[in-house]
Amino acid sequence: MHILDFNKLSLRDINKTLQGSIKNSFFSIRNPKGSHALAVGINKKITVKIVGSVGYYCAGMNKFSDIKVEGSAGPGLGENMMSGNINVTGDVSQYAGASGHGGSILVGGNASSRCGISMKGIDIIVKGNVGHMSAFMAQKGNLVIFGDAGHALGDSIYEANIYVAGEVASLGADCIEKKMTRKHLSNLKNILSNANVSDYNPDTFRRFGSARSLYNFNVDNAKIY
Amino acid sequence: MKKKSITEPRTSHTFDAYTNSEIRRAAETGIYDIRGGGSKRILPNFDDLLFLGASISRYPLEGYRESCNTKVILGDRFSSNPLNLEIPITIAGMSFGALSAQAKEALGRGASLVGTSTTTGDGGMTKEERGHSKQLVYQLLPSRYGMNPDDLRKADAIEIVVGQGAKPGGGGMLLGQKINDRVAEMRTLPKGIDQRSPCRHPDWTGPDDMEIKILELREITGWKVPIFVKVAGSRPYYDVALAAKSGADVVVVDGMQGGTAATQEVFIENVGIPTLACVRPAVRALQELGLHRKVQLIISGGIRNGADVAKALALGADAVSIGSAALIALGDNDPRYQKDYEKLGTTAGSFDDWHEGLDPAGITTQDKKLAKRLDPKLGGRRLANYLNVMTMEAQTIARACGKNDLRNLEPEDLCALTVESAAMAGVPLAGTNWIPGT
Repeated sequence: MHILDFNKLSLRDINKTLQGSIKNSFFSIRNPKGSHALAVGINKKITVKIVGSVGYYCAGMNKFSDIKVEGSAGPGLGENMMSGNINVTGDVSQYAGASGHGGSILVGGNASSRCGISMKGIDIIVKGNVGHMSAFMAQKGNLVIFGDAGHALGDSIYEANIYVAGEVASLGADCIEKKMTRKHLSNLKNILSNANVSDYNPDTFRRFGSARSLYNFNVDNAKIY
Repeated sequence: MKKKSITEPRTSHTFDAYTNSEIRRAAETGIYDIRGGGSKRILPNFDDLLFLGASISRYPLEGYRESCNTKVILGDRFSSNPLNLEIPITIAGMSFGALSAQAKEALGRGASLVGTSTTTGDGGMTKEERGHSKQLVYQLLPSRYGMNPDDLRKADAIEIVVGQGAKPGGGGMLLGQKINDRVAEMRTLPKGIDQRSPCRHPDWTGPDDMEIKILELREITGWKVPIFVKVAGSRPYYDVALAAKSGADVVVVDGMQGGTAATQEVFIENVGIPTLACVRPAVRALQELGLHRKVQLIISGGIRNGADVAKALALGADAVSIGSAALIALGDNDPRYQKDYEKLGTTAGSFDDWHEGLDPAGITTQDKKLAKRLDPKLGGRRLANYLNVMTMEAQTIARACGKNDLRNLEPEDLCALTVESAAMAGVPLAGTNWIPGT
């Protein structure tokens, strides 16, 4: 295991080391002090443990890597990530997993507003609650919420799935509750199994997705927007 | 018996023929008009400025003997690998999806022949444009369609798109007719849906966030490539200052004559300000920050010829960018397709239903048969010819003003034909020393 200490190294030094490391390396980052853009642009299967909280865009645009944050994360956690995993033990701020194309994010605490905005294939699991406008314009992938969801959940959603165990304050435009089919229950179990989450009752989850009524412009729908 | 009229029939300037047709169209369809291109209304523009050629108080350079530099470096503020362009005219962002793959390839070929850059668009980077563009700017747009870190690292520069001159404050639009299998796959969307891109980025708002976003992009790309920020012409003084403060290497300001693949007519014609009005406030913002020439300024929106290039540079820009003009060079609205345009209910020169995907010239389409009409090699050659002509025209003017570098042109070389253009450009009305507002 390689220890990278922010008290001794710059952000550039640390990111350069991570980006240039060899496959299957293991790093522990100490004293992150809420730094922005930490562990971004990694293109290899490496493991990074960050001891402490991070700022904006932690693990942004990563592929293959496993990132664990022992603390909380600022806005844009794992934005546009392509594959790999992120595990945050605490809470995450706005836009977690924004436009993520693949991989998974597991949030131990709560996620703020717009969690999974514009998601394009990523799986996001939030053990707590999510804020308003989560899964806004979500195109593909799965957002699993153990707690409650804020207002306008799934507004203008495309083909992503939302699973919620708690209460939903309100649904956004064109987002409806859908039947939890066997296929979707299996999908939910797979997502959680892949993230090593086992402490749940699948029967408590409801599924939400697109009514697909806004896919092509119809003047009669103008008041919905 | 029909009564003979004493006076001539009089049409209204308020309710002219076009306005009346729009009212009838709205009444019939119940939906606003959507079209491509930029503003078509009469606007103060670079034609309203004239150069003051050298005479006794200034001496000119020999047109065919003395050199006039056209090279420009874009993005050397923070990046280690800035763009080195042979000419100060770049190709603006236009997406695969809005344009055919052949058109993207032609743009890349033409730009590369003369040593300048092209730009991707909403929907990601295609292999055609990367393969044929020696210098390619990769756009980071609010939709993040096709956004991929691998492509990001293949780019020669990154352009964060905040706004577009045709629609400041608006998002992109690509209607279902153009969402074929390949476009749908690149954008992770179902085939055939009307795709309306968001107007805000999903993971930041405001200049403080943008500064951190730029930091992230630099960390991902190792501080190698320049970061451009593109804003629509609406509040150029503040937007350029904030973009520069946020850490941009290059700021692109796109005036309201700048084109779009598709948006509402009411948006194109009524939101934003003319390109001419953008330049001086943008330059002033950089000058006041001590960043003029350190953060390069690119002006776009209705640039058509070498005179426009020279005027934009004389007002303080470092380069210009062209979109609509490049498409015309490829064959857009060419009279040889007049009969096809008539079948679409329009004429060569008026066609702007780019969103419908039926472009007879094979440029703004995803129809395979139509797209084949455009030969990318020939299109590239035509674009290169056009860019060369623009450059030579700008050099002709610069030499006449006694300048051995296009960027040595200055506001002092200009005068204005109208009070409006004098005020917007901050140059004197012709024959006077009066600059309105000063």
